[in-house]
Amino acid sequence: MHATSDLAHETLRLIPLLPLIGAALNGFFGFHLQRRFGERPVGLIAVFASLGAFAVAVAAVARLAGLPVDSRSLVDHVWTLFDVGQYLDMGELHVNLAFHLDPLSAVMVLVVTGVGSLIHIYSMGYMHGDKSYWRFFSYLNLFMFAMLLLVLGDNFIVMFFGWEGVGLCSYLLIGFWYSNRDYAKAGMKAFVVNRVGDFGFLAGLLTLVWGLSDVARQPQEKIRSAHAAVIAAEVRFDAHHGVNAHVKKKTYDAKAITARSMPDHRVVAGSLAFRTLESRKGELEILRQRKLLGLGFLTIVCICFFIGACGKSAQIPLYTWLPDAMAGPTPVSALIHAATMVTAGVYMVARLNFLFALSNGAMTVVTVVGALTALFAATIGFFQYDIKKVLAYSTVSQLGFMFMGVGSGAFAMGIFHLMTHAFFKACLFLGAGSIILGMHHRQDMREMGGIKKYMKATWLTFLVATVTIAGIPPLAGFASKDEILWNLFRNANTIVPGELIWAIAWLTAGCTAFYMFRLYYMTFTGDNRALAASKHAEAHGHGHDAHDAHSDGHHALTEIHESPKTMTIPLMILAGLSLVAGFFQMPFVTHFFDAWMEPVFRGTAHLVQNHKPYGHGIEAGLAIASVAIALVGILVVARRFYKDNASSVPARMLANPRWAAVHRVLHNKYYVDEAYDAAVVRPTVQATEAFARFDLRVIDFLVNMWSPIGRFFAWVHGLADKYVVDGLVDALANGTIAAGRKLKTVQTGRIQNYALGVLVGVVALSLALVAVL
Amino acid sequence: MDFLNEHLLSIMVFAPVVGMAVIWLVAKSDNVVKWIAAVATAVPLVLAVYLFNTYDRKAEVDPTLSLSPAKIDEVRSKNQKAIIDYAMKYNAWAAEVRRRGEDAAALRLEGDEKGNVVGIPAETVRAWYQSTASHDPAKWDKRHGLQFVERAVWFNVQIAGLSWAKFNVEYFVGVDGTSIAMILLTALISFICIFASWENIKKHIKGYFCMFLLLETGMMGVFCALDFFLFFIFWDVMLLPMYFLIGVWGGPRKEYAAIKFFLYTFAGGVLMLLAMIAIYYGSQSTSFDPRYGQPFFKLADGSLVQHTFNLMDLAYANSWSTASLLGMDFAKVIWVALFIGFAIKIPMFPFHTWLPDAHVEAPTAISVILAGILLKMGTYGIFRMNFPLFAEATKWASGAMVVFGAINILYGAFCAMAQKDLKKLVAYSSISHMGFCLLGMAAVTPAGMNGAMFQMFNHGCITAMLFLLVGVIYDRVHHRQIEGFGGLASKMPVYTAFTGFAFFAAMGLPGLSGFISEALVFLGAFQEFQLATVLSAIGIIITAAYLLWTIQRMFLGPVTDRVLAYEKEGHLHEINLREVGTLAPLAVMVIVFGFYPAPVLDLFKSGMQGLTTLVASSTGIMPNVVLAAVGG
Repeated sequence: MHATSDLAHETLRLIPLLPLIGAALNGFFGFHLQRRFGERPVGLIAVFASLGAFAVAVAAVARLAGLPVDSRSLVDHVWTLFDVGQYLDMGELHVNLAFHLDPLSAVMVLVVTGVGSLIHIYSMGYMHGDKSYWRFFSYLNLFMFAMLLLVLGDNFIVMFFGWEGVGLCSYLLIGFWYSNRDYAKAGMKAFVVNRVGDFGFLAGLLTLVWGLSDVARQPQEKIRSAHAAVIAAEVRFDAHHGVNAHVKKKTYDAKAITARSMPDHRVVAGSLAFRTLESRKGELEILRQRKLLGLGFLTIVCICFFIGACGKSAQIPLYTWLPDAMAGPTPVSALIHAATMVTAGVYMVARLNFLFALSNGAMTVVTVVGALTALFAATIGFFQYDIKKVLAYSTVSQLGFMFMGVGSGAFAMGIFHLMTHAFFKACLFLGAGSIILGMHHRQDMREMGGIKKYMKATWLTFLVATVTIAGIPPLAGFASKDEILWNLFRNANTIVPGELIWAIAWLTAGCTAFYMFRLYYMTFTGDNRALAASKHAEAHGHGHDAHDAHSDGHHALTEIHESPKTMTIPLMILAGLSLVAGFFQMPFVTHFFDAWMEPVFRGTAHLVQNHKPYGHGIEAGLAIASVAIALVGILVVARRFYKDNASSVPARMLANPRWAAVHRVLHNKYYVDEAYDAAVVRPTVQATEAFARFDLRVIDFLVNMWSPIGRFFAWVHGLADKYVVDGLVDALANGTIAAGRKLKTVQTGRIQNYALGVLVGVVALSLALVAVL
Repeated sequence: MDFLNEHLLSIMVFAPVVGMAVIWLVAKSDNVVKWIAAVATAVPLVLAVYLFNTYDRKAEVDPTLSLSPAKIDEVRSKNQKAIIDYAMKYNAWAAEVRRRGEDAAALRLEGDEKGNVVGIPAETVRAWYQSTASHDPAKWDKRHGLQFVERAVWFNVQIAGLSWAKFNVEYFVGVDGTSIAMILLTALISFICIFASWENIKKHIKGYFCMFLLLETGMMGVFCALDFFLFFIFWDVMLLPMYFLIGVWGGPRKEYAAIKFFLYTFAGGVLMLLAMIAIYYGSQSTSFDPRYGQPFFKLADGSLVQHTFNLMDLAYANSWSTASLLGMDFAKVIWVALFIGFAIKIPMFPFHTWLPDAHVEAPTAISVILAGILLKMGTYGIFRMNFPLFAEATKWASGAMVVFGAINILYGAFCAMAQKDLKKLVAYSSISHMGFCLLGMAAVTPAGMNGAMFQMFNHGCITAMLFLLVGVIYDRVHHRQIEGFGGLASKMPVYTAFTGFAFFAAMGLPGLSGFISEALVFLGAFQEFQLATVLSAIGIIITAAYLLWTIQRMFLGPVTDRVLAYEKEGHLHEINLREVGTLAPLAVMVIVFGFYPAPVLDLFKSGMQGLTTLVASSTGIMPNVVLAAVGG
């Protein structure tokens, strides 16, 4: 984990580079390629760029896995980004364009390139026939590039490159069909809301660098003793707990302790690399004891970073952009707004575990925000009609689960849920895309129903993913969610009792099962309502022309078809992964994932592992409870919707005014968008207009005011000239008149005269001044 | 080649004006005029690239400039001791002269012959030499990263035999990394702007290009000059053609805008002139040679003089002799006067209102020059004058500079968001982005200074693109009202792509050069000024909002009827090859330096090192000590 022990692995740069090349090829030549040779070469370039990155990533991860556990860290240093101020100790900075592969980024890279490649393949089918096919694939490759920068970035700056890059691609892809004003607006909203998060990221980074450079100026002995104290705590922890109960127990000899000794200040100072920051334990410890604005210094830093995570990962209060982001093509929703980009915040918190673990306050904030978001979004998901909107709120909710995981100190489990979620949610989104295509671009579930009959592959894979997300063992969703729930329950890091947060999460698990199966029943069972409606319309002799004007240009639905192989095969692979991925880390059975991640989170193990002493019996009980509530959720839906899947809301419920009000609030998403509009957007616009008015009427007035003043004095001067001088000194009349003429020309505003006059005056004055002095 | 290396800067500075003369004298047809102008701007561009490549970035700099804070303290106290020592000895010597009532010249002679000066032992004289050896003009060039220096006495006159009316002006040009970045920017943008003016300047073509070339000479000169007087001359040379370029070839309110621009900048120039004269008479060398009888500056031809305009001397071998001016500290008064002069150019709130008017009325190419280069002269001047000459006053004023920087960023962004005219929006965004330069330099941390310098360069490229793009659409439909467009992306996709690129660059998107400089500014400024920096960072949200909103309104959504009408009238053709040619080099630089900024950032190292150390470590004791000792 130290700079010295990191192996160089120069192919790492290829992982982001290949998609970048793909993006550039399609970006510059895609238009002509598509026109001359059709869609295929365009799509293939993108797919192979992505698959190539996947292959390189697999090779790199294989090499990583082949290394001894303690030295699983590969680094690729490309070049120096900036390196300022080595000549002074103040605020010096050294930042490289460098990539780092460790078990954590390995998981992310495999997910991004693996799921990404599948979605690329899927998109070849989904985007078929779009005139901007090339543009889509160029953006998609560009996204891969940015996302890989984000997860492979060795330091904050490279991570931020990716962080903003994915935001850009998200913007471009949400507004992909830009001639629709609402879609374009959704893209803008996503970017601006994310910028609020970026502000938090930036503030956190600035505060951290400021604090560290300040602490670095402390006497070395002080830092050394703080460092020694931390190491002692780590060793004590290791001696008592092993590394993890189920990981092979290690005894730390003198050599291991030396390996953790304090890094050379001259080497690590000014570096923003995560590896080196992590190794500055003494300085972080001193920083932890400091206060800022009445809170812990690191608490402030971490909360700032978490604001960034909230933006990217759509948590309260910055989640509002994600549901709107569904305006983008569905593969985009799957790749960017479900599987990868939106999980960047979770990844960041896990990556910064060495900071977050030092602040219980920040961990509490992360956990509580995650819990509230999970429940809040799940309830909104109850009564949405747009199939993609339901999935979007589901994503927000699941991201809340991931934050609960990392926030309670179960970093590995948060990432595990991130991975399984990438599989099943990508499968769900792509399935939804398949349905939307099959239904000829209909997204409203009130028009769906009975898809099971028409689209077998889509139906089966969708069902698997739905069961997975509902948390039924032994599928992946159960495994990861249950690990998070268990860790929440026994967690003692957060200020809020872990059991309470567990209760919220447990409730949310039930809600998840409810809205997902509602979606399933409304979509797949019964009869297809759009088909029935168009048959009905035909039977009654409604002409297409009259009808089309009112139905958003939708043609009447005459048939529903299964999607092509390019789309169904990725679905099957993802469904398969949802089935088996749980076995990486199945409660009571396997602990492979935890063991793989262990070296990354070893440094903070002693900080977060002070779990409450609950035994296996309670763990088993909780697992049963979480399955039970999922089943309850499913049963409730089954009772309400299985028979009557046509009605989107149980009629009985709407009949009750109180329930109807609840339904209205939930359906309108608690009116949060409206509130933001009134509280933030409109005041800002009004403020900008006020600023512009102030600029024009006050500041510019003060400038222009000099013009009449100047002319007034010139006029007085002219009068004096004419009457006083002229009247008194008759003899000089002619000369004065000439002078008057000259002065009049001054008033006409000829600049050369002003300039000359001012110049002469100034020179004369200053010479006089100097003479006096 | 030797000739080229020795006179590189002069050739760059005067090539455009030679071109102007050629045009004036021989050019008959408009096309010939344009091509001569293109050649005359290509010469500096080629040389600027050569300069950029040959400038020795690794040149050895004075090791005393790379010090830890503890070491700086040590050196500082040693220097103070030396100066006090020196001042006391000077005093003793002067008293000795007075006591004897002898002629100083005779004393000098005596000293020369006997190897020591009356009343002072020879070894003390040697000590003086040693203590002032680091001020040997011959060593400054390298010491402060100066290269390609040309230095000669320009004029050295004494007016009417008056001892105070003696002016020693040198032709002294040279570059450090900061100037090279600006020179490259100037050369590139000027060259591009020739082609940006190619088709849309229709009247008085000869006059336009003559003025344009004169303008380039002025700009080049400003960035090369190291003598204050020379600097001032170039500063004014630049002003005049700008006035005509806006006033003659501008838009509907061109006279108003031109006069406003001229008077405003000239008012700043007057302040600068006053400051310059005060600086000249206030200068007093720290080099002292008993043989000369008083502190002296050494001119290029070896003659010794009492006062100087030489900026390097003024910065590094000078102690201000006047204790107060207008009842205030001399350095602070002059600092403020200089600063206002430059702040008008930046432009800094509240001196910024000339900018939107000038930009809106100026023709496209001139807006590009204005925003891309002229604004940088303000910040460059502050770097070149305020910082090194008045290190202590700079420290004193840095808090105020930060506040104004933050105001510029936020105020500019807020005003930009409310603009209806696209060009005005871009103009206000310039105000906002120049705030970053102020913010970064005010912090006087390495990251902040480097960031500010790099921001100057990047903003030059990015804002040039923005104004060129505004020009493209204006040339087609002859208006710039944002509301007048809608759905352009469907009709002009390549134009949209370029605009989107430039907008994202202006937003400081990572991977594009603006990000590196903004990040450095933030990182540097936050070390010293946390609150102001965090407030400024809110600017990144507002900036994204107004730029994306503009894209949204102009380019996205369904094609509006008005745009369809433009298309029907045949106005709405896609961006052409010439226009792409003006934009592409800038876009390439923005991308390359976004991922690989080292070539530019390395330039700054040598020059910035000394400056940062000087200002950051200045306590301001030096001049006062000298005064206390000498004045008695």
